[in-house]
Amino acid sequence: MGGTASLPWLASLPFLAALALAITPNARARLAAWTAGLTALVGLGLLLALAPSVFAGNVLHWSVEWLPALGLKLGFRLDGLAWMFALLILGIGALVVLYAAYYLGGHEPRARFYGFFMLFMGAMLGVVMADNLILLVVFWELTSLSSFLLIGFWHADPDKGQDAREGARMALTITGGGGLCLLAGVLLLGHIVGSTDLDQVLASGAIIRSHPMYTVALVLVLLGAFTKSAQFPFHFWLPHAMAAPTPVSAYLHSATMVKAGVFLLARFYPVLGGSPEWFWLVSLTGLATLMLGAYVALFQHDLKGLLAYSTISHLGLITLLFGLDEPLAVVAAVFHILNHATFKASLFMAAGIIDHEAGSRDMRKLNGLWKYMPWTATLAMVASASMAGVPLMNGFLSKEMFFAETLTAQTYFVMEWALPLGSTLGAAFSVAYSLRFIHDVFFNGEPVGLDRVPHSPPFFMQVPVAVLVVLCLAVGILPAVLVGPLLAVAAKAALLGPTAGLLPTYSLAIWHGWNLPLLMSTLALLGGILIYTTLQRRVNLHTLDRAPITPPRDGRSLFAAALRRVINRAAQTTLGLQSGRFQHYLLALVVLAVAAGTLPFLRSPSQGAATVAGDAASLPFIALWALGVAATVTTVWVHRQRLLAIVLMGAVGLVVSLAFVHFSAPDLALTQLLVEVATIILLMLALRWLPDEGDEVLTETRAVTTRDALIALAAGAGVAALCWMVLGRPLESISPYFLETAQTLGGGANAVNVIIVDYRGLDTLGEITVMGIAALLIHALLADWMPPRLPWQPPVAGGLGHPMMLALVSRLLLPLMAMVSVYFYLRGHNLPGGGFIAGLLLALALMLQVVANGQTYVGQRMPLEFTPWIGWGLLLAGACGMTSWYFGAPFMTTTYDYPVVPWLGSVPLASAAVFDLGVYLVVVGGALLALLSLARIGRVPTGNAGGSR
Amino acid sequence: MTALLVSIGLGVLTAAGIYLMLRPRTLDLVLGLTLLSYAVNLFIFFMGRLRVGAAPILDGKAANLTHYADPLPQALVLTAIVISFAMTAVLLAIALRTRGDTGSDHVDGEEADA
Repeated sequence: MGGTASLPWLASLPFLAALALAITPNARARLAAWTAGLTALVGLGLLLALAPSVFAGNVLHWSVEWLPALGLKLGFRLDGLAWMFALLILGIGALVVLYAAYYLGGHEPRARFYGFFMLFMGAMLGVVMADNLILLVVFWELTSLSSFLLIGFWHADPDKGQDAREGARMALTITGGGGLCLLAGVLLLGHIVGSTDLDQVLASGAIIRSHPMYTVALVLVLLGAFTKSAQFPFHFWLPHAMAAPTPVSAYLHSATMVKAGVFLLARFYPVLGGSPEWFWLVSLTGLATLMLGAYVALFQHDLKGLLAYSTISHLGLITLLFGLDEPLAVVAAVFHILNHATFKASLFMAAGIIDHEAGSRDMRKLNGLWKYMPWTATLAMVASASMAGVPLMNGFLSKEMFFAETLTAQTYFVMEWALPLGSTLGAAFSVAYSLRFIHDVFFNGEPVGLDRVPHSPPFFMQVPVAVLVVLCLAVGILPAVLVGPLLAVAAKAALLGPTAGLLPTYSLAIWHGWNLPLLMSTLALLGGILIYTTLQRRVNLHTLDRAPITPPRDGRSLFAAALRRVINRAAQTTLGLQSGRFQHYLLALVVLAVAAGTLPFLRSPSQGAATVAGDAASLPFIALWALGVAATVTTVWVHRQRLLAIVLMGAVGLVVSLAFVHFSAPDLALTQLLVEVATIILLMLALRWLPDEGDEVLTETRAVTTRDALIALAAGAGVAALCWMVLGRPLESISPYFLETAQTLGGGANAVNVIIVDYRGLDTLGEITVMGIAALLIHALLADWMPPRLPWQPPVAGGLGHPMMLALVSRLLLPLMAMVSVYFYLRGHNLPGGGFIAGLLLALALMLQVVANGQTYVGQRMPLEFTPWIGWGLLLAGACGMTSWYFGAPFMTTTYDYPVVPWLGSVPLASAAVFDLGVYLVVVGGALLALLSLARIGRVPTGNAGGSR
Repeated sequence: MTALLVSIGLGVLTAAGIYLMLRPRTLDLVLGLTLLSYAVNLFIFFMGRLRVGAAPILDGKAANLTHYADPLPQALVLTAIVISFAMTAVLLAIALRTRGDTGSDHVDGEEADA
């Protein structure tokens, strides 16, 4: 098996070209066209070099590990079927590139066009060459995406843009949706077989068909194939995809995109075929599509519309053949895939030439073009004849085989009649629309209302059409010689999977003697002529807006309506969930939290029976606690009277602080007390701009407040119950470790402070960082604050100035408070105190000066710029942590000693004290920055930083 | 008895905090958050159990460690108190900024349409 090394090149060549084209400027149109064309030709060369091996019956493999953990390999596999499809993709691709070079105008982004084109070509090659089902789906989706880009290529065009966008979106939605079904089906197949490797799956037909999930997998895979191949009822996207530039239509809708669906049928036929489910689903869908497409095609006025419905019809024919579930039918299907690609690509290109040179595709305007473009006319006529199934054409051969199959296939009761009749009728309409195509465009009088005089196209634009038409004729006359071996090797692969097997006997010849299929062909030909001439005489096709008896609401409008419904529903849901109201979000959060907390209670009700904890309460504590509860309730009660509410809340804070004292936590009590003072100052400063506005703000209804009250009570009850239960349980804590080691490891007797600056030093570093950021945030929020325009004026301080008594006492207090602050800092490691408490104290001492004497007074005596304090504090704390690196210890390792200092004796000295100094600085800076930012707002309306008072 | 009192008190604090946080005025929201942070800080602190008269400082006099107050919840709560102060201040700054920019003291920056 030589030459498998070229498989990855074959598969990746178009992608490399797409990449190169992505960086090619659109102005270099010739370069772009040559790149794309040569890519297709080189690919074709590689493919032909592999032909001897493939035709000898080998299946070529190449793979590398992709995701070994998932058993996924990136691999390619080339058998007869894949070879035939690759031939169509590359061969017709090369011709379309040549055609497009003349079709696209100079103003269009041609490099981009070829880039998309190569992307699509690579995706198609990937689909037919993938050796793994997952990989196949990946490429499958890539064809959907790249075809979206190609169909919507004229998305920005003022005239055609709307149709291009809608057509592309519809194609993507439907084929993409089908792709998702295919993915599910493929995963199911992988689950049934135990592997997604194509060889293994193809060898497991019996296992798959006998599996209970067979029908589900079958339906999912078929949905993928039917959406891609535009089978009824998913066919409606294809006509709208005609908004694409004609080279795209010629490529996507003859040889590639829509053929991916029937490729899938061929690929999975050995494993999914051979069951009644397959027969009914596939053959009925095929028959319906065949007849519907042929019927509607006749009544199209747009050339490309006619060809689109004709494509649908022919795809239905191929699908029907696969559905018949007979080896010979599969051969016929593969043959028709080949033939249809040939004549349909040439017809699309001819339609494009007509559009290009006559300026219209409307068959009501285009008449009598024979004398303007005789060459194009001749070529189009031959191709149409093939489409109609006229003898000596390739279309005739496969259609004969098709008729024979509809007669001989082992079918079920009604189908025995319905199949041949339906097929003949469909074929008759096929003849009729082919006839209309020729008669309406090239004869039937003179052109009507064209904006230009039609003329012959450039020579090279006709070459691709001519090549394909010659092939149609040649295959039609000498089938056995030209396509015999190719058909044999492709059909064998489609029939029996990877292992070589028997091919049914068939003969590729024009003349099989007088038989029923020939009679059907004759009937179809005569019937088609009769239908067309009758309709043209009696009704005049030009006056019909749409095909008779078809429903007025076509697939497009149903699709659009469904899409609108989905979008409306999504919008409603979003708006329902996202009200944009802060209160709603907060409410949802609280309710969820309560629910999440309640759920475990409900699950194990026995949890409620906890032992009652501990000792009797002392009378002072009961009194204190009752005071706190009363103050809390009153705060809520009077919360509209804001000054009172703030004072009461301060009382609650004091009770909390005293509770800390009662429960043996002096550090917490100190911190809480100082924070309380700072908070009250903050609130008082803010109150000027957020005052009590009286009854005017009573916008809330009683129902809302009652609801909120109930939710709040539920949350409160939950917290109370939780606390009660925990307190009744024995404590298992890691705390003894800290108590044991605080002195030996941390060198401090105040275990709380040792934990903060030593054991959890890194946490503390994070916390002071947050503190600093919060202060800077406040500063940033309020630095350029402008007073709002309010219907009332905020109270203006002044008149009395600063009370003399307070001012003088506060000045005396400052050094004392500063000294206490330093004292708290120094003793923190061994007694209640530390950087946090000391920092808050100093901040409050300075704030007291501002409150009592005014910023001007204080500002004249010291800089009121505290941002650097935060920075230096953080730097110091961080540097202290990093110093331990110098001694080879991890970040924030601490040490301590008790050096003997003259006069003072043994002094406790811990390196953590330096860290604590950093905390101290950040807390002073942060607290003062926050307080002063609030104090400054609205004070100097002119924005002059000097201060006016 | 103490445990029951403490639990009820926490419940009242939580309920009061949440009720005020659900009000539409920014200052009520700040008051509510402050009350709620009292409740949360106390809750964390109480997880170390209620100890009346325990020694907070390692004086070396006690025979065993159960004589001392649990330092871990205290350390956690100490920083939490400072951080909740910072958060209250930030919230207040946002409330003032909203007032300055929109003229409203509603939490949404504008009155809700009934």
